Amino acid sequence: MAVELIKERKAVAMTGNQAIAEAMRQINYDVAAAYPISPQTELMGFFAEYLANGLVDTEFITVESEHSAMSAVIGAAAAGARAMTATAAQGLLYMYENLPIASNWRLPITMVLVNRALSAPLNIHCDHGDAMTARDSGWIQLFTENSQEAYHSLIMAVKIAESALLPAIVNMEGYIVSHTIGNVNLLTDAEVREFIGESDWRKNVPHPLLDTDNPVTYGATALPDYYTELKYPQHLATFEAKEHVKRVLEEFNRLAGTNYQVIEPYKLDDADFAIVVMGSTAGVARTAADQLREKGIKAGVLKIRLFRPFPYEEIAEALKHIKAVAVLDRHDSMNGLASPLYQDIASALYHLPERPMLHDFIYGLGGREVTVEDMLKAFNRLINIYTGRETRDRFTEYLQVRE
Amino acid sequence: MKLKGWKELPIGGIVIEPGNSREVETGTWRIARPVVDPQKCTDCLICWVFCPDDSIPSNGKVRFETELYHCKGCGICAVECPYKAIEMVQEADVIMEELKLTSK
Repeated sequence: MAVELIKERKAVAMTGNQAIAEAMRQINYDVAAAYPISPQTELMGFFAEYLANGLVDTEFITVESEHSAMSAVIGAAAAGARAMTATAAQGLLYMYENLPIASNWRLPITMVLVNRALSAPLNIHCDHGDAMTARDSGWIQLFTENSQEAYHSLIMAVKIAESALLPAIVNMEGYIVSHTIGNVNLLTDAEVREFIGESDWRKNVPHPLLDTDNPVTYGATALPDYYTELKYPQHLATFEAKEHVKRVLEEFNRLAGTNYQVIEPYKLDDADFAIVVMGSTAGVARTAADQLREKGIKAGVLKIRLFRPFPYEEIAEALKHIKAVAVLDRHDSMNGLASPLYQDIASALYHLPERPMLHDFIYGLGGREVTVEDMLKAFNRLINIYTGRETRDRFTEYLQVRE
Repeated sequence: MKLKGWKELPIGGIVIEPGNSREVETGTWRIARPVVDPQKCTDCLICWVFCPDDSIPSNGKVRFETELYHCKGCGICAVECPYKAIEMVQEADVIMEELKLTSK
């Protein structure tokens, strides 16, 4: 039986990895399986300490690879367990072939993705390259700005995954959040456990493998005559997941006094120019918007919390009146078109009768520091293109590349 | 076989009833079908032993007609038959014969 450690709410200074390990302890997962990779290694290390000290009941499987980690949590979740894993960068890519299996089988697994740049060149620092590769895997994805949000998001993700019956990724930026100390308001163990509800292997999934009275087969073949019919319910579930996310965010807001939404507009109501961004960069973007407003330029920021399913209706509503929008993506998909976030934003706006001008900035690659000056540069370039003072060869540009 | 719609399928593509491969019509995969010559067949049931798809029904004494809903036309029965009583006939020829009959 898991020990009740935190009986009163308290604010503590914690890194993102510590905060996530704390959430994992409070959630008291049935099963966790992980393989070490920076910057996630430390997170599982903190959790392993809790396990060694007898604070949790979790079966922690120290697997031989990320491929095995994902396979183990898929098996555990299909059995009926509340299961999680954590990884980063190449580790996620090694898991990848199993990701669409987890989502089609509708297994409510949660994963902490400690965002790290993809090789090559080898780099352990933050960008969103890993998360972007999973954007079409059928997993729900939440992005977080700091350790507080990461802590809250993992707790919410458990409930989101189990109500939407889809696996969910919580993105936490490597080093920028995972290894940086910030204030974290912790809920009590009892509050977290009541919010997510007790893990019941009979109810976590509709057909648990542990139910030996009603044996089932997971992973049967579906040939051309059935494949479509087995994809379509997942297609619908992915759309429906947004409502599950919204409901869980609302419930969590009532519990924790937060104000989490699927997207978070900042001074957009009267804005002429806006930056769309995900993760920790939202902070510097808001500061830049404030500085521009002091000079009389109506700037705003749209932070996207829910990346998958993509809240295109909410985004169109938030941006429809803006003159020009700069989409900032911490990843380059190398597709000869634009960053993934730009493509999604463009799709979300396409059906509006009048659309903002769009520009795409790729930034923050491999942990490149992102400053307020960078955000001002993005705003200025956007405004100058919009007003015709500057021209552009392409709508996709690198924000921080040295000549 | 009537194909099920998406609403009739369990969540996650899970198989919840045992033995439902019986419902899958593998007979459509066949390009040749076994045709038994009753004059040569002795009901030795060697074909029943070898059939990998359980498509040769028998009561243990008599070989009944090949069950074409599942027979994939692999031809193992024709090869194994000690009396050369089974001939593999091309499905295309069967269809042509049927067409000739219906066009008369």
